[in-house]
Amino acid sequence: MHDTWIAALVFFAVAALFAWGIMLAWALLRVRGRRADPARDATYECGEEPDGSAWIRFHPRYYVVALIFVLFDVETIFLLPWALNLDDFGLVALVEMCLFLGILLLGWLYALKKGALRWQ
Amino acid sequence: MSRVLDALRMIWEIGWLRGLVVGFVTLTVVMLIAAFTIWFERKWSGRMQNRPGPTERGYGGWLQIFADFFKLLQKENLTPTATDRRLFDFVPPIVVFVVLSSLAVVPYVPQGPAADASVGVLLALAISSLMVFPVWAAGWSSNNKWALLGAMRAVAQSISYEIPLVLSALVPVILAGSFRLTEIVGAQADWHWFAFWPPGPGLAAFVLFYLSSLAEANRIPFDIPEAESELVAGATTEYGGMKFGMFYLGEYVHTFVASSLAALLFFGGWEGPGPDGLHWMLAKALILTASVIHVRWTLVRYRSDQLLRLCWTYFVPAALVLVFAAGLWRILAGGLA
Repeated sequence: MHDTWIAALVFFAVAALFAWGIMLAWALLRVRGRRADPARDATYECGEEPDGSAWIRFHPRYYVVALIFVLFDVETIFLLPWALNLDDFGLVALVEMCLFLGILLLGWLYALKKGALRWQ
Repeated sequence: MSRVLDALRMIWEIGWLRGLVVGFVTLTVVMLIAAFTIWFERKWSGRMQNRPGPTERGYGGWLQIFADFFKLLQKENLTPTATDRRLFDFVPPIVVFVVLSSLAVVPYVPQGPAADASVGVLLALAISSLMVFPVWAAGWSSNNKWALLGAMRAVAQSISYEIPLVLSALVPVILAGSFRLTEIVGAQADWHWFAFWPPGPGLAAFVLFYLSSLAEANRIPFDIPEAESELVAGATTEYGGMKFGMFYLGEYVHTFVASSLAALLFFGGWEGPGPDGLHWMLAKALILTASVIHVRWTLVRYRSDQLLRLCWTYFVPAALVLVFAAGLWRILAGGLA
């Protein structure tokens, strides 16, 4: 049991070694000593002078998507233990989850009707 | 010979040694596979477009990927002055770290993975869904409009398609009654591959899983976050040298990991005609990877809002229905026996 998680942690460490190892190799091998050049270090905007910062307030439509995501993500978390214990509870569990999801689907329908995913 | 086997068995029984050895072997092989996937993609897309692809270095140009890798290693470190420098430089290796880490629970041989966790499927999906964070951090720290738009789209798309991805992965979990990947494959013994048995939900779940993992990996037809003809390179616009290389490598490793998971969940992993083993697992994962590449060079891309609507109005309800179908099968048929 502990053995499994120790193996997983060591595996993660090896993965980190690979990722940062390549970065280290790059840090050692890459070309150095170039002169600072304001034009080259400018933000890329297809050759134009960069027009203001990109750290701006953004359209909220992605925020709406994130809200719907949270709704369904929590629902998915409920589904996970349910899926594993189906054998013990049988049809009752299926019916109960149907009710639970039915209520959630009403919210989902509401969001769709409100045009949460319709961009104009 | 038996002494070698004894040594291997000893390594296998000690957790940290297993993690270390399996880690190094798996990650080296997977990195090589990712490299050859890049070569294969260039070659295959070339053939599909009636041009030869790489030809110069090595037979069929297969050395080209190594030439490119060493070229990337020599590239200068370019960080635009307007960026949030610390975050910008910190993020790229995390992408590779995250995708490689998810392999800890993905078994390629019947003996199991480095860590045969009881929540294997969940952990693999959870770790690879962490990709959202480095992508978003990359896009935001770049202080570049293309990067911002690309990152916004990437995050919206990744989190949306995570729901059908997890739900469709739940179908084999319900059918097998376990989250452990080795047990899921075990439940598919004797040709009871979940893609074909029970007929219907398994195959549909595989289609959903496949499409959702295309979206998770930002591959065509769901590659709007980096649509190169309109967004330059999405979240990675400002990145160069090995910092870009990390994102590039991460994308291909991610494709292979997703293909491996699909092979394990729906196509019986290492089960196959003749002796079971690594060869079947690799063959299935590689065929799926190749199909992802073929799809990329065949289809056009969706618009961002079409993509999200497709997910929320069709994929999510369909995935829920499939989960219930699988549950009903499990209860009525009493498992797969």
